[in-house]
Amino acid sequence: MTTPAPEDRKDTMAESAAEQPAAPADAKRGPSVATRERRSGLMNPSGETPYLVVEDLTVKFPTADGVVSAVNGLSYSVPLGRTLSIVGESGSGKSVSSMAVMGLHDRKRTQITGSIRLGGDELVGMPESDLMKVRGDAMAMVFQDPQSSLHPLYTVGNQISEAYRVHHKVSKDVAKKRSLEMLDLVGIPNPIRRFKQYPHEFSGGMRQRAMIAMGLVNDPKLIIADEPTTALDVTVQAQILDLLNNLQKEFGSAIVLITHDLGVVAEMADDVLVMYAGRCVEYGTATDVLANPRMPYTWGLLESIPTVSAASEKLRPIKGLPPSLLNLPSGCSFNPRCPYKDRVKGERCTTELPELLPVDGAGAHTSRCHLHDKASIYEAEVLPRLG
Amino acid sequence: MSDTVRPIDQSAARGETLLRVRDLKMHFPIKESVGLRRTKKVVQAVDGVTFDLKAGQSLGLVGESGCGKSTTGRMITRLLTPTSGEINFKGTDIARLKERDLRPFRRQLQIVFQDPYSSLNPRQTVSNIISTPLRVHNLVKKGNELGRVQELLERVGLNPEHHNRYPNEFSGGQRQRIGIARALAVEPEVIIADEPVSALDVSIQAQVMNLLEDLRRDLGIAFVFIAHDLGVVRHFCDEVAVMYLGKIVEQGPREQIYGAPQHPYTQALLSAAPDLGTIRGVPPKERIRLVGDVPSPIDPPSGCRFRTRCWKAEDICATLEPKLEGKPQSAPGHAAACHFAEPKVDLVAEIA
Ligand SMILES: Nc1ncnc2c1ncn2[C@@H]1O[C@H](COP(=O)(O)OP(=O)(O)OP(=O)(O)O)[C@@H](O)[C@H]1O
Ligand SMILES: Nc1ncnc2c1ncn2[C@@H]1O[C@H](COP(=O)(O)OP(=O)(O)OP(=O)(O)O)[C@@H](O)[C@H]1O
Ligand code: SF4
Ligand code: SF4
Ligand SMILES: [Mg+2]
Ligand SMILES: [Mg+2]
Repeated sequence: MTTPAPEDRKDTMAESAAEQPAAPADAKRGPSVATRERRSGLMNPSGETPYLVVEDLTVKFPTADGVVSAVNGLSYSVPLGRTLSIVGESGSGKSVSSMAVMGLHDRKRTQITGSIRLGGDELVGMPESDLMKVRGDAMAMVFQDPQSSLHPLYTVGNQISEAYRVHHKVSKDVAKKRSLEMLDLVGIPNPIRRFKQYPHEFSGGMRQRAMIAMGLVNDPKLIIADEPTTALDVTVQAQILDLLNNLQKEFGSAIVLITHDLGVVAEMADDVLVMYAGRCVEYGTATDVLANPRMPYTWGLLESIPTVSAASEKLRPIKGLPPSLLNLPSGCSFNPRCPYKDRVKGERCTTELPELLPVDGAGAHTSRCHLHDKASIYEAEVLPRLG
Repeated sequence: MSDTVRPIDQSAARGETLLRVRDLKMHFPIKESVGLRRTKKVVQAVDGVTFDLKAGQSLGLVGESGCGKSTTGRMITRLLTPTSGEINFKGTDIARLKERDLRPFRRQLQIVFQDPYSSLNPRQTVSNIISTPLRVHNLVKKGNELGRVQELLERVGLNPEHHNRYPNEFSGGQRQRIGIARALAVEPEVIIADEPVSALDVSIQAQVMNLLEDLRRDLGIAFVFIAHDLGVVRHFCDEVAVMYLGKIVEQGPREQIYGAPQHPYTQALLSAAPDLGTIRGVPPKERIRLVGDVPSPIDPPSGCRFRTRCWKAEDICATLEPKLEGKPQSAPGHAAACHFAEPKVDLVAEIA
């Protein structure tokens, strides 16, 4: 794990953390360059120059019941060669935010504000025709369910070749050669035979590999993997995770890995972002967030999972349910479920939305919570319960 | 609150064997057409499973998708009639009983399913869902039904006032509680829980796990707990059976299975399970990576079924099927089906 050591964090962080509901006027062009650079807290926890920078991203869906605020002021960054894991409960906005990065939302039914920069290019507001060139070339997405992203009526080889030819003017033979290389690279035995087969002739693990082969055929610099192994068995999951790791080592891509499995996070992530009800509630390196968490929701997640290596104590579930996105609680979104809110003076937890602030006054590890003595509460109360 | 549901017959003290399963098999016939020829084949979904379940015990069944866990659970609860083998429940072999004779046993052996969405009838109120088994088994006097339903709702941590609601008005975790209340209604001695928390979010999983644990402690119900999450099984089960392609390949007390697994497949499973402990200073465990996929249960490998993926396989593995048996050095009750079984102790480090 890399230690966070950015020098000029102190002044930039506080600002970037400020909750800034994007004004509707900004919707099309995103925040102006000047403010963006000044507020650029989005240096990565590692201090390296990021390849993907997401800043103050908000995604809203107008529906018959009201406006669903699926993602609210989300900011993060990922440098090349690094893996960011986004974790959080079902419905917390992990997929919606990643689909916004890929530009996959229906533009008519979705309100997106904020900024998404890939290698310096602003994607929010980019014409669809330009975005299509970026998608599949500079960035690719691997979904949980390969069934739904591989076409059942075309051979696997055909689909990988086509994905290549969309972005490269080459003959079918060249594309085929490239596809065979990819199948081999992701560890599918006998690529020549497999090239001609249909998705249903592949096992679940092999389909997931084929998906990864298709996603990687254009050497994308950014890979977004949305629960890529959730449907797979542990032994196959381990193979796929190793594969992603090796590909990253070889090609130095930036990876955003969405998962709800904290074990996977511990083994894969350099950085971790915890989402709750559409907001980032904790962000830092994997060691920061998983070994020194500074936010009651993260504590709750850690205390509620039984691990393979832990002795069997009683689990401590997070009580209650996540809030409705149509009607978020006032103040801290987690307050209806938070066992620590009485320790914050006054009614702040229920009236004032906590900002995302550095946990130790400086540094790249941030969390969103009014508690003053987060470190001592964690050390004295939470850690002993984790066994 | 624990007295709202009467604990089962206390004479069934912990330790008495409730369920003796012997050489249980389920071979599903299937038709396959190869060109113009139609051939009859069988899927050997479960092929000779043997275990005992004692009162109040919790046996975990783990293994990869398709290894026969659910099929085993469905045979024990007689949702399926086994091809062969014995399911002895308190002295009666129920494996081939006719529906009429099965009735009293259906009450004793309940199943809770994985999917909290499809396992409840969306058109029935919660009250209806829970009281149907009460009526079927004549367990409650007319007029007392609602009271009993509310008791049960309270027992599983739901608001008794919500008895008139429909399943779609509840969250996944709450629906799973309704399914558990339905199973509890008939005061079973054994619950087969088939991936009861797999479809739930982590924070909700813990709520349901704790509920199951309370039921086990307060009511002395024995569990066959089917899961693929090794952390969840370690937490809940005192005995673990590892399945591969329709067979149990290793079985024993939890401490033995996690602390000193003997079968190469168990070792591979444990080594592949991502572990949160590593980040808090648990030394990284040895990595064993299996290659390839699980072979088809239509045409399983000869000899040891694991040999196509086993790094220790030798010639004998293809010709002689290894028996599930204890080795001289094994702890009591610990058995592995491998010609070259030997314990590996460094796969899962202890945090505490
Ligand atoms: N097109 C849409 N219209 C309205 N609401 C939507 C739409 N797409 C997603 N949502 C809502 O946005 C919220 C966030 O969804 P998202 O898919 O990002 O969750 P997630 O964190 O990926 O959860 P999971 O772990 O279940 O995949 C959910 O409440 C979802 O119902
Ligand atoms: N009715 C059936 N007809 C034919 N084959 C079946 C039938 N039911 C199950 N099978 C097959 O039997 C094998 C065992 O299935 P089972 O559902 O018991 O596995 P499992 O261990 O519960 O897997 P999972 O973890 O995916 O739930 C699989 O190969 C499955 O395809
Ligand atoms: S701000 Fe208050 S309610 Fe929110 S997590 Fe912190 S203590 Fe809990
Ligand atoms: S019997 Fe042979 S093939 Fe089977 S697990 Fe043991 S060593 Fe491997
Ligand atoms: Mg999702
Ligand atoms: Mg199953």
